[in-house]
Amino acid sequence: MIEPGTLVALTALGAVVGLDFVSFPQAMLSRPLVAATLAGAVCGNVVAGLLAGVLLECFALETMPFGASRYPEWGPASVAAGAVAAVPGGDLDATARMLPFAMLAGLTLAMIGGQTLIWLRTFNLSVAARYRDELAAGDAAAVLAVQWMGLVVDFGRAGAVTAVFVLALWPARDALQGGLNAVSGAMSLGVVGVLAVGVAGAAVWKVVHSAKGYVWYLAAGLAAGSVAAVLL
Amino acid sequence: MSASRTLPLGTWLRVFARLFAVQGSYNYETMIGNGIAFAAEPAFRLLPGGRGGDAYRAAMARHSRYFNAHPYMAALAVGALVRAELDGEDPVHVERFRTACCGPLGAAGDRLVWAGWLPFCSALALLAFGLGAPATGVLAVFVGTYNVAHVALRAWGLRAGYREGLKVAAALGSSVLRTGPLHLARALAVVAGAALPLVLLRLRAVHLTSLSIELGLAALLAVALARWQARTDGWRVGVVLLLLFFIYAVVR
Repeated sequence: MIEPGTLVALTALGAVVGLDFVSFPQAMLSRPLVAATLAGAVCGNVVAGLLAGVLLECFALETMPFGASRYPEWGPASVAAGAVAAVPGGDLDATARMLPFAMLAGLTLAMIGGQTLIWLRTFNLSVAARYRDELAAGDAAAVLAVQWMGLVVDFGRAGAVTAVFVLALWPARDALQGGLNAVSGAMSLGVVGVLAVGVAGAAVWKVVHSAKGYVWYLAAGLAAGSVAAVLL
Repeated sequence: MSASRTLPLGTWLRVFARLFAVQGSYNYETMIGNGIAFAAEPAFRLLPGGRGGDAYRAAMARHSRYFNAHPYMAALAVGALVRAELDGEDPVHVERFRTACCGPLGAAGDRLVWAGWLPFCSALALLAFGLGAPATGVLAVFVGTYNVAHVALRAWGLRAGYREGLKVAAALGSSVLRTGPLHLARALAVVAGAALPLVLLRLRAVHLTSLSIELGLAALLAVALARWQARTDGWRVGVVLLLLFFIYAVVR
């Protein structure tokens, strides 16, 4: 059972990062790296949150918010995933075994969160339609009302979505904790690491492959990374 | 009539602050149109007749209509539109400008920010993680680096837009916007090339696994997903594979 204080803190965090995604201020607090790490910190296991954040960030590299396209909403989903990964006690082995579930939950919830953004845009349109005559007459109060309504509803939407996600995942996490012993933490971490890095590699290729000579730049990076890996 | 070369500081700051909420009422009909009027409103108070005057109301009505652009690059449009209104430009010209600049501002922002700066900063943060930085360090690298350019781009856009007015097309030819995406793509290739193996290395530090096998599998997956990119998104394939592993882990 989640403590009320933790739920409130996660809900507030989800509301802030959800608002950041599109409405205000788009400072990328909604990226999985930030949202999941902060959620892990709220739950007392920042390392677990960071691991979930890094792995989800690799997936998120492929879904940039171009134009009016439909994309997953990472903020609230990453908060929920970071919180789920942060198993009590800070045990790294238990965290590693929980990561596949946290990742799967984060990715699935990001798609659901994206759907709620479409509902928000439809709602924003209905508000603007209600003020259509005033807006056409240049009424500043109507412009402010439409804008503030959108911001406030988005904040509430993101908080509510986060609370629902966390409340839905918490019992599942508790139930799974004893049932994931068949697969080692090393194997879990290895699988999610390979999947995340593989997806990120393909995402990077999509961005860079049109740049002339990209192979050499990629090779230089790999060489530098390999040297660093040997030295570390 | 020609407006002052600079906006009063208080007005500039109000417009600049509101630009961060330009997408606050984003919808599928007017897109960020209402946000443009919302951001420009403090400057429209300088129009003849002041707040609530005929010129003010006409400008508010014009700018709350449909507009779409990259949210950061919208600053350039807001600056230019404020200047045009304060200069008393013909509304027909203002309307034509609004229609013409949506596409270029959207494309320039998408290439520079969503396909350039954001993935570069993500890769930089992954590199910091791979090199062993603590959580605070990783977040500081990502949020700090990203937002230096984010805030600077909005500030530059507002300033350049206001300076050039409806002739702002020249600003779109700036070297940062023209060649920036190419340089960022190359920098991304270098940083991501270094970061991704190091991410696996750091995960290995948590649990000893076979790094060479993991690297090989990740590279194979990346190549396969890159080849199939026209058919499916890589992350969706990743979800399916993750689901299969999760089912295996639970039922085993």
